[in-house]
Amino acid sequence: MNPAALTLQLLELVMALLLAPLLMGWVNQCRAWTQNRKAPPITQPFRLLAKLFEKDVVLAYNASSLFRFVPYMLFACMALVCVIVPVLSTDLPFSPAADVIALVGIFALARLFIALAGMDVGTAFGGLGSRREMLIGFLAEPALLMVFFTASLISRSTALPTIVESLAHREFVIYPSLAFAGVAFILVSLAENARIPVDNPTTHLELTMIHEAMILEYSGRHLALIEWAAALKLYAYFSLGFGLFFPWGIPQGTGVGNVAMALPALLLKLAAGGFLLALIETLSAKMRVFRAPEFLGMAFLLAVIGMLVHMLLEVPA
Amino acid sequence: MSLLSFTPNPLAWAVSIALAWGAVGLAGLAAPRNVGYVGRVLFPIGAVLAVGLAVVALSALGGAPQSVVLPIGLPQLPFHLRIDALSAFFLLLIGAVGAGISIYAAGYFRPGEGTPAGLQCLLYHVFLASMALVVMADDGYSFMVAWETMALSSFFLVTSDHRHAEVRRAGYLYLLVAHVGAIAILLAFGILQNGTGDYAFANMRAQHHGGAWAAAAFFLALFGFGAKAGLLPLHIWLPEAHPAAPSPVSAMMSGVMLKTAVYGFLRVAFDLLHATVWWWGVVVLAFGLSTALYGVIFSAVQSDMKRLLAYSSIENIGILFVGIGLAIVFHGFDMKVLAALAMTAALYHCLSHASFKSLLFLCTGAVLHATHERSLGKLGGLIHRMPWVAWLALIGVIASAGLPPLNGFVSEWLLLQSFLFTPQLPHGYIHMFMPLAAAGVVLTAALAGYVMVKFFGVIFLGQPREEKLDEARDAGTLERIGLVWLASLCVTLGLFPVQVIGMIDSATTLLVGRGLGKALDTRAWWLLAPISADRASYSPALFLIVIAIALALGFLGVRAFYHHRTRQGPPWGCGFPLLNPRMQDTAEGFGQPIREIFQPFFRMRRELPSPFDAQPRYRVTVEDHLWYWLYLPIAKAAEFGTRLVTPLQQGRIGIYLLYSFCTLLLLLMFVR
Amino acid sequence: MSALSALPLSGQIINLLAAVLLLISFAMLVQRRILSLIDLFAAQGAVLCLSTVLVAVTTGQRHLYFSAAITLVLKVVLLPWILHRLIRRLNVKWDVEGLINIPTTMLVGIVVVVVAFNLALPISQLAGTLTRPTLGIALATVLLAFLMMITRSKAVPQVIGFLSMENGLFFAATSATYGMPMVVEMGIALDVLIGMIIFGVFFFQIRTQFDSLDISHLEQLKEK
Repeated sequence: MNPAALTLQLLELVMALLLAPLLMGWVNQCRAWTQNRKAPPITQPFRLLAKLFEKDVVLAYNASSLFRFVPYMLFACMALVCVIVPVLSTDLPFSPAADVIALVGIFALARLFIALAGMDVGTAFGGLGSRREMLIGFLAEPALLMVFFTASLISRSTALPTIVESLAHREFVIYPSLAFAGVAFILVSLAENARIPVDNPTTHLELTMIHEAMILEYSGRHLALIEWAAALKLYAYFSLGFGLFFPWGIPQGTGVGNVAMALPALLLKLAAGGFLLALIETLSAKMRVFRAPEFLGMAFLLAVIGMLVHMLLEVPA
Repeated sequence: MSLLSFTPNPLAWAVSIALAWGAVGLAGLAAPRNVGYVGRVLFPIGAVLAVGLAVVALSALGGAPQSVVLPIGLPQLPFHLRIDALSAFFLLLIGAVGAGISIYAAGYFRPGEGTPAGLQCLLYHVFLASMALVVMADDGYSFMVAWETMALSSFFLVTSDHRHAEVRRAGYLYLLVAHVGAIAILLAFGILQNGTGDYAFANMRAQHHGGAWAAAAFFLALFGFGAKAGLLPLHIWLPEAHPAAPSPVSAMMSGVMLKTAVYGFLRVAFDLLHATVWWWGVVVLAFGLSTALYGVIFSAVQSDMKRLLAYSSIENIGILFVGIGLAIVFHGFDMKVLAALAMTAALYHCLSHASFKSLLFLCTGAVLHATHERSLGKLGGLIHRMPWVAWLALIGVIASAGLPPLNGFVSEWLLLQSFLFTPQLPHGYIHMFMPLAAAGVVLTAALAGYVMVKFFGVIFLGQPREEKLDEARDAGTLERIGLVWLASLCVTLGLFPVQVIGMIDSATTLLVGRGLGKALDTRAWWLLAPISADRASYSPALFLIVIAIALALGFLGVRAFYHHRTRQGPPWGCGFPLLNPRMQDTAEGFGQPIREIFQPFFRMRRELPSPFDAQPRYRVTVEDHLWYWLYLPIAKAAEFGTRLVTPLQQGRIGIYLLYSFCTLLLLLMFVR
Repeated sequence: MSALSALPLSGQIINLLAAVLLLISFAMLVQRRILSLIDLFAAQGAVLCLSTVLVAVTTGQRHLYFSAAITLVLKVVLLPWILHRLIRRLNVKWDVEGLINIPTTMLVGIVVVVVAFNLALPISQLAGTLTRPTLGIALATVLLAFLMMITRSKAVPQVIGFLSMENGLFFAATSATYGMPMVVEMGIALDVLIGMIIFGVFFFQIRTQFDSLDISHLEQLKEK
């Protein structure tokens, strides 16, 4: 574990903490533009965080200690994810802590905690939100795993740095299987990050909300941490997607030059990805909750086809 | 484990511990109704013995197999006992988990509940000792004796609350399935001894069986041990028997006894039969996967907390058999390292499931004692009244949901890693279908998360759904010690996978001819990297450290910059002022999406209220199709068969004597 | 990896198109709306045409250009146009409800694909063409179209399934042997066209007879 790599690791974390709200702001901006609205500034999420950190926490009378612990836990989980996913370099000292399968585990851990927090106060909406969140979760996880299976079949590894290296630093080849896995990954990410068409991050309409229903009781610093964690999760999914499907631009070394090269590439990719997300959200309508199995079933199907196509077309007979 | 090498003879120690358990049990008869004596003295002694057994087993894990022939039993059939790595592994499981359950049980029994405490103590310790003997038995005869003792003692423990008709019914069903299974096991042994008449395992190991006979023995063993383990479609006794038993017994049955069935299957399939036919593995895997899915889906719609856990046990047994099946497939294609990987996953899951499921069952026991309520719909908010139980249950819940950094995740991760190699299998269909089975495993694991959120959320979180819950008391000291012991087992198994795998490696080697030890990347003690670090790695310790640092930084950061103003207020009801605890999501409500999505799995009856009902009632009952498709037809056939032979029943003693006389004559004529 | 990088770029693109073809077949299998179904069919024809052109360019087989042209005219323009017209005339723009629900259909579809891939494996090893791995996909397309015909209860989707099956056969011919002889191809094209016309007449007959295009009404035709 050399100091340069460690510094880079810290840099990655700090960058994630700063870029994640900006990404959120950028997506909101693009959404406003595509919907012919006047856009809020890109720094709006930071203002929101500052406002929430300034406000008092209002706890329900019967909130338990678990309820107060969850925002920190959520934040820590997402920070861990951001430490593991290679963004600036593939030489990360903490990366061996978890491969992609363990990464799914971290997301699931965070989901379990927030679902429990949703049930803690004991309102009707909290329980409803938790139930739906877990529903989306168990449908999304098999699809996500198949995506990772497909991606890891090509590089013969589930370790993220190896996957990135084998794709980015080898001869360019068209992998039809990756195209399928990529589309499946987008579908899963939409569901996991509570975006349209599965959930609407801006709604507080009782019967349709999922994520918002769970965190209805949070306020002040707790809510700020949860919002930040949500932004980090989106950022993590973006960088995960880049790592698996567009790894070009992530260097192997840890030098200053490498980072200087990786950063613009990352920003470019984030900007493009954010715009794509806003476009998808603008063009689609929210589904009924029980259409979600079909939506995620489609993701699963795509990933499986990707894997089968890989076996048929891309493996020497 | 050179540290423990002072133990002169693990086998002698293990046998004496089993005997000592018997003695402790008998001592309970001295004052059967004295709960203080039984609880404070005998059960703690039993727990200490269990710890001793775990230590002995640890020392035996690395050592050479030892065997002894005891001159008891029938004249020509002495008891053969043997400890090899596989037995030692399961002895370790029995000892380590049994210790936690025993110390909990010490605080659990209350005066005036069902069977007298002393009698329970006898049955409980005989149960423990017989399980230890099952895994040490080295011939068919002593195995069956121990196996039947285990079944009978656990039957009496299940029916300890025998005043309720449903408990008696559950016990009967359990006994029935156990014996049908036992017959299959006996037949399997009969085939394995290959006509030599020598039932010692050493002889069976030396025999070479023809294809059809080997397959027959294998599937008889799968049937027999599967019945005990709760494999589909022989699982029906499990959700009845587990809730009926007192909680420590449920914990023991689910956590430990099911594993003896797994032991038996591994012993027959790998050690005695040398399973090398790949399609057997596919069959085992298919059964395992359907059991897992079936178990978890049913577990999600239960509203009785112990039934929920029982179904979750079925799910975990399914996952275990998926691992074993995969190991057989790899073994059949002679991919030794991968077989070792899958087998390690299965063995690891044995340990994991034993620790977290007994922890959860004991937690339900504590809740049951505090509230006298098993139905989820009448619980809620217990985290305020029972913080110890709640937080320890949370550990069990995270482990059971298969989430990092606890033990459930390690086995699941290993299993998925071995699935990742299935595309390399040389057989066309297999290498395309196997990865899909991995998706089934993940679906199961994700659904397990759903179930566990339901379990924990409805019992411990929210507002109390009944008034009387306000008087709930937390678990007592001894109970807490037991819970903490099991929880720390979960944490240890979760955080130090490399060490644990190193320990159980000799068992894996015995089964599939190769351990994972050499394939493990030994670059760092904290990094679990089977096969190679480039391929995949997982480090729970590092994982926990980063999370802890991030937690601490987040917490301190907020403390440093934040103004700490916190107010309390009523929960926000979206503008509806009349919120009450009955409006929380119920267990049924939480299961609704599952009922909706997996509708064909259930035999469901709904009673919906009409909008004009003055007192609307909503009822839904969920039943098992298999009852109607499989068991009732069998029962009907049996009834029909008995009706055919009723004419034989005459009621006159002379006629009966005539029957005996004729039978005797026939026997004398034919069997000369 | 090595196998892939050994392929020239055009081969890789043909593989990609084959994968897209499979994807479209799946999309048709699970598509609820009848108009989208027709669009998907047109897209499938377009992909087919493109891949045929690519094979023609790579291998220099002249007659494949004609095949591609026929595909373009017939399957991308003419047939979708006829179908659209039919739908307008018959006024049957309703959603198509399958006989089995969609997730189950998907799972069955996956099993069908695995079977198809494995069945095609020995055959494609016999073929010596550049595009031989795609034979499995062609077979899968045929079987999926078949599955679609089985699972639909309305007549128009069944016809689309039939046409899509023909697409799969055409693709199989291109990938295994660089296309069929010209005469056969023309014949098939004519057959499809005539088949389409007959189906059109048939639709009107069913409609006038039963006042609906639901083929479950045809069950009444059996002898009691």
